[in-house]
Parts: sequence; structure tokens; C-alpha cells
Amino acid sequence: MAVMNVNPTRMELTNLKRKLVTARRGHKLLKDKRDELMRRFLELVRENKALRQKVEAGIKAANVHMAVARSVMSDEALEVALMMPSQRMDVSVTEKNIMSVNVPTFRTEVKAAKNGEIYSYGYAFTSCDLDDAVQALSDIMPDMLRLAEVEKTCQLLASEIEKTRRRVNALEHVMIPQYEETIKYITMKLDENERRATTRLMKIKDMMLKETHHYQ
Amino acid sequence: MYKIAAIGDKDSIYGFASIGLEIHPADDAKTAQHLLRKMSEERYAVVFLTEQLASQLGDALDKYRTQPVPAVILIPGVSGNTGEGMRSISRSVEQAVGSDILK
Repeated sequence: MAVMNVNPTRMELTNLKRKLVTARRGHKLLKDKRDELMRRFLELVRENKALRQKVEAGIKAANVHMAVARSVMSDEALEVALMMPSQRMDVSVTEKNIMSVNVPTFRTEVKAAKNGEIYSYGYAFTSCDLDDAVQALSDIMPDMLRLAEVEKTCQLLASEIEKTRRRVNALEHVMIPQYEETIKYITMKLDENERRATTRLMKIKDMMLKETHHYQ
Repeated sequence: MYKIAAIGDKDSIYGFASIGLEIHPADDAKTAQHLLRKMSEERYAVVFLTEQLASQLGDALDKYRTQPVPAVILIPGVSGNTGEGMRSISRSVEQAVGSDILK
């Protein structure tokens, strides 16, 4: 591992030691964050999968009815029946915080003309399969919104997990080893300087003693 | 207040109009992409998109994955289930874990 390009001084050493402590603490925190995110993510993704299966089955059932309705009704009649809905569906979005990831939660608000009435047409000119199709879609709608919420949350968590994992790995495999190596390098260098100074002093002492007392 | 929309071929999304969703018929990827871009700028919370169109759009959908809203959710259309929706879950798992562990 590469040693950082720094001057081997005591000041650098202190700074680096402080940085190493911070990096270690950050690494631990991020690792905990990653683990918790992962736990939540796996829970949600299982729910996501189950919901999706349910919703896809529901839509498939609705489509079957729809196909039959289309085959017995003309395009115009179908359009007339469906284009003026008796209700309007809006959602209010609030944000929830999962481990500092902001995820949306949806709450539907249905504005209906008549209470509990989902059919936007009279029964005279439409096929009963259309009723079934609309009913089936209406039944599956709460699940579809829950699916939207869960799937979005999963996507957001996934990208956050990816980011956190990269940070953890960068700290663990690059930053921390680099700091450790550099600290080792500076310590060695400083020790070496000290030894050099000692030997020099001993040598000078010898030379001076030789000069004054003519020691051999 | 946010809106919910459905994009897809007419047959697949007509039913949603009756329960109060906004429907935007689109037959080709270009129209769908245009609609999506407009919706991401306006107040749409959920956009249901048929899998057929999604498979034509490809990578263009990726940028909506990291935005909190709109949630672009794939639904099967009249022509059947292509499995694209399930693959999008697998993609999330792969992104988070590194491999699809829920196969």
C-alpha cells in the first residue's frame, strides 16, 4: 500500500493519528448503517415481491374482463362509459425517514361524486364484464399504491446501500491502511533520525576526548 | 396534492380512468418518454407504466429510480406479463447486495 506523500515530522504524525481515529470511528458507524439498511431493505424487498405478484395477478384478472368487454362493446361506447369518471384519485405525499434516507409515503384521497359508487356509467349500454373489470381494478388499487410506495422505498434504499457500501470499502481497504502505513513510515523515520543524532553525538564525543586528552 | 397517472397503450390503461386515475395513452417509446419527463417535473406521485413500453424505454427509466417522486411502477398490459416488473425488483436487490439473493 502506498505511503502518503507527507513530510515525516511530529506534527504530521499527530495529525495522521487523529485522522486515523476519525476514520476508524466513521468506518464503524457506516458499517452499522449499512447493516441496518440492509436488514430493512431485505424486509421490504420481500414485501415488494409478494405485493407485485398479487398486483400482477389482479391486473391480469381485470384485463381478462376488459378484453371480453371490449369484444362485445364498440370502441365509442367504451370510451363514453369510461371517460367521465365518477371519482378522482389523488395522493398526498409525506416523507418518512429510514436511516436518513427520505422515502415517500402515499395516502390516497378519493373524491367521489356518490359514495361508494365506482361505476361512471349507467348499466344500460355496457357489458357486465366491464363492471367486473372496473370492480377488479378498484379492489387492487390500494395494493397498487402500497406497491408503489414499497418499490420506490426499495429503489431508494438500494442506491443508498450501494453508496454506503462503497464508503465502507473505501475506508476499510484504502484510507485506513494508508494512514496506518504512513504513521508507521513516519515513526520509523523519526526513530531513525534519533538514532542518527545519538551516534553522531557519540562520535563527536570520541573525537573531542581524543583531541583534549590524546586518548587512543 | 399529487396526482396518479397511467401511461400505456389504450387497452391496457382504460380501466384505470374509471377509478379516477389520469390516463395518458402512448403507443411508442418516444411519446411515453416525453410524458414521463413532463410528469417528473409536475406533481405526480405515482406513474403506472406498462411493461411493454418500459422495455422499449430501457435505460431512460433509470434516472427516476433515485428520485423520491414520481414512483414509476411497471404493470403488465393486455398483451401479458413480460416479467419486466419482477426484473426491476431484482435490479434493486443486485444494486444493494451485489447479486440477486432472492431468486
